[in-house]
Amino acid sequence: MKPVATETPAVEEDYEFPAPQKVGHERGSLTRIIQELVFTVDHKKLGLMYIGAGLIFFVVAGLMATMIRAQLFFPDNTFLAPDVFNRFFTMHGTAMVFLVGMPIIFGFANYLVPLMIGARDMAFPRLNAFGFWAFLFSGLLLYFSYLGGPGLYAAGSAPDVGWFAYSPLTAKAFSRGTSTDYWTLSLLLGGIASISTALNIIVTIVCYRCKGMTLGRMPLFVWLYLVVGFLVIIAVPPLTACQIMLMLDRYLGAAFFDTQAGGSAVLWQHFFWIFGHPEVYILILPGFAIASEVIPVFSRKPIFGYPIMVAATVMIAFLSLGVWAHHMFTVGMTSLGNTFFAISTMLIAIPTGIKIFNWLGTMYGGKIRFELPMMFCIGFLFQFLIAGLTGVILAVAPFTWQLSDSYFVVAHFHYVLIGGLLYTVFAGIYYWYPKALGKMPNKRLGLLHFWLFTIGFHLTFAPQHVSGLLGMPRRIFTYEAGRGWEIWNQLSTIGVLIQIPGILFFVINLLYSYWKGKPAGDDPWDAWTLEWATTSPPADYNFATLPEVKSRRPLWDLKHPDDPDWKYE
Amino acid sequence: MGNVNFQNCHRFLVAAVLTFLSPAALMANVSGSDYPMRKVADVFAPLSLPAEMIMSTAMVVLWITLGIFIVVTTLLVYIVIRYRQRPSDDGSEPPQVYGSTNIELAWTVIPILITVVLILVTSRTIGEIQNKALSGNALQIRLVGHQWWWEVNYPGLGIITANEIHVPMSDRDPAKSRPTHIELQSADVIHSFWVPQLAGKTDLVPNRTNKTWIEPFETGVYFGNCAEYCGTQHANMLLRVIVHTPEDFDRWVAAQKAPIPAPATPAEIEGERLFYATSCINCHKVGDSIAQGIFGPDLSKLMLRQTIGAGVAPLDDKHLWAWVKDPQELKVGCLMPDMQLLDAEVDSIVAYLKTLK
Repeated sequence: MKPVATETPAVEEDYEFPAPQKVGHERGSLTRIIQELVFTVDHKKLGLMYIGAGLIFFVVAGLMATMIRAQLFFPDNTFLAPDVFNRFFTMHGTAMVFLVGMPIIFGFANYLVPLMIGARDMAFPRLNAFGFWAFLFSGLLLYFSYLGGPGLYAAGSAPDVGWFAYSPLTAKAFSRGTSTDYWTLSLLLGGIASISTALNIIVTIVCYRCKGMTLGRMPLFVWLYLVVGFLVIIAVPPLTACQIMLMLDRYLGAAFFDTQAGGSAVLWQHFFWIFGHPEVYILILPGFAIASEVIPVFSRKPIFGYPIMVAATVMIAFLSLGVWAHHMFTVGMTSLGNTFFAISTMLIAIPTGIKIFNWLGTMYGGKIRFELPMMFCIGFLFQFLIAGLTGVILAVAPFTWQLSDSYFVVAHFHYVLIGGLLYTVFAGIYYWYPKALGKMPNKRLGLLHFWLFTIGFHLTFAPQHVSGLLGMPRRIFTYEAGRGWEIWNQLSTIGVLIQIPGILFFVINLLYSYWKGKPAGDDPWDAWTLEWATTSPPADYNFATLPEVKSRRPLWDLKHPDDPDWKYE
Repeated sequence: MGNVNFQNCHRFLVAAVLTFLSPAALMANVSGSDYPMRKVADVFAPLSLPAEMIMSTAMVVLWITLGIFIVVTTLLVYIVIRYRQRPSDDGSEPPQVYGSTNIELAWTVIPILITVVLILVTSRTIGEIQNKALSGNALQIRLVGHQWWWEVNYPGLGIITANEIHVPMSDRDPAKSRPTHIELQSADVIHSFWVPQLAGKTDLVPNRTNKTWIEPFETGVYFGNCAEYCGTQHANMLLRVIVHTPEDFDRWVAAQKAPIPAPATPAEIEGERLFYATSCINCHKVGDSIAQGIFGPDLSKLMLRQTIGAGVAPLDDKHLWAWVKDPQELKVGCLMPDMQLLDAEVDSIVAYLKTLK
């Protein structure tokens, strides 16, 4: 036995500490990379994994939508069987909301919130990893239903009840087999993931801000995610609750929603939309968050009216909890109920309008640089304006008696979620790509992506307003000729064919720029928030020394010591 | 639709030649196929009072939102062009403006005022349509949704039919108006009644009775769809509303209440026997016969209808034969099974079904 060394080396004055090992970004063997991804609790890796997984599900769910559009190109088309079609739109909707929207917005939060508030990681790194893996397996479970749906004795099939799965269509009597159970379990698991991540975001923002970063000095991005975090922990539990109630109905003879045993079909709708409407804002507020970072930097001006932007966000979140029944104007509520929800819905237009005007106010008098992130944000402003106005139209309950469940509604929410959210997600990806991967995205490929996708997007969804006004209901797998719907559906399908190469150029850009892109440097956009103060990509510990801030734009203060922001705030 | 026009012309000539002595001409009118086919269900071409009320509100909202759209888009385009970074730019930063209380107040207060206007318009229309007092002479109908067809009951008239609603035309003169009140129920899952030119949609919810009303001012065959996803064949749950002149409506009622002629030819008699023996009667009802099933459409006056399978095909010999042979061919997933009938049996049953008028 060797004697235990009792001497510790004396710390000399010129002792050099070993440089921190950069384990995260060295390129190793495939197994090394996989091991790293599986075991990591680093918020940046998890953030990128969230976004990456979301983009993969986006492609899958997008291909399903392409199949749907192909079927609707001709009247009386027999390309897809009815049940195949019904599964496609159910899986498309469910995946786009829960497996694309949610992980991508959480991915941005994961990556950026700690960097923006000058923290080394999220408050609960392991909970963070748990959230990601729970989400990923909820997605795999949902898609596994294609193999395992009705049980081993059948060929397998996915849920076909629509993404809001109205009871009693989900009852045992009308949804046999286990495909609905895959849907329920997947959303239960996804809900747990969302709640854990939302808690993590809230605690990180509240407890881990660096020195000097008061609530009033947080970037708007962080403010909006704080609000999103609270919305998630308020809105997701009702969804989880009604999934459990549905399971009880299906397997233990409860009768919450089972109308044949005296349950209430409308009760499900209340539960679902108490979740479902705030969910829309859970998805779009991160879009606002990205726009509120990108627009000032590329207009070279601070955000116009920071306090009122925060106030408008809180207002939207508050109102969004009281508008759910505007999805239910046709279920036969009393005129008082309809009026209440019409009014509360219209009120949301006020803070949303304030936001649009403040973004315009930020651009006004600036020097707008047409880089990729800014172009997507300008597209966002235009499209979200349309989405907001059709939203006001849909708040008019009597008009919604015509429009509800028609293609007009389909057009409206795709303008919100693609024209609004997805455009800001693209803006965000191009904006922070150099930070996350250290390379500049290719502008030429990005422009091809922007123009093809924009033309394709409008060509796909603008005609759907018209077919809805001509009486075309959503979720029909076929329609007869002569109802006036052919041309609008054909334009819509052609639009998809233009969107696809747009997305292709986006994917090519992500890969090409990673290998061949120009090195980005720490601060390629000449931006002002803390994430640009560290290296690209940031080290595992984010900042060598934790920063201290005096204003909302700490890097502006550094770059303009003669005219710092904190003098004016 | 040239085909239909030709048929209409043809029928018109026959009717003109034989006047109303011919039962064939009467039959054509009773089924409503002489009326204009209003296949394009344009929300902006309302022909019924509630749909007109909705449209007048919608126009107010559309003009306001169009105005906002034009103003904000102009502003956006102006800003993007005027404040773009020019090639000659010296790289200096523009003046840093942090906000302006007055301007922000302006674009808060103006939207509030617009919203107040919208709220007033909306609230008034909701009340006017939803709380409309029941008119005493209104026709009462109970519409029951099934996967994937519509059961239409006339409780006051003792008529039950399917997939098409026959109503009389109303009159703009309140003294002569005759609206139709519809009670909506469902036998299984949620469906939704939507005939855009007649009224906005209202859901048919199991365990619940909803109400809606229509008051059409033009005759015609109005097309509608089930508007709430209700399972496999949601797309083929089509509905027609046939708006008659008051005289034609009375004729339709008389035809519905007339006794069903007894089968006469050997094929018809054999068809009736097969119909009773092949479990058709478990689901279908035919008059006062032993066929009293309630799960499928009432077939008592089948031949007075325009379509089969809730609009999946026109009601003609070819499609009727195909439907009886194997409904799953025409409407896969529908709840009527393939009865595995021989072709000769199908011939007989079709012959029998064709007597049901």
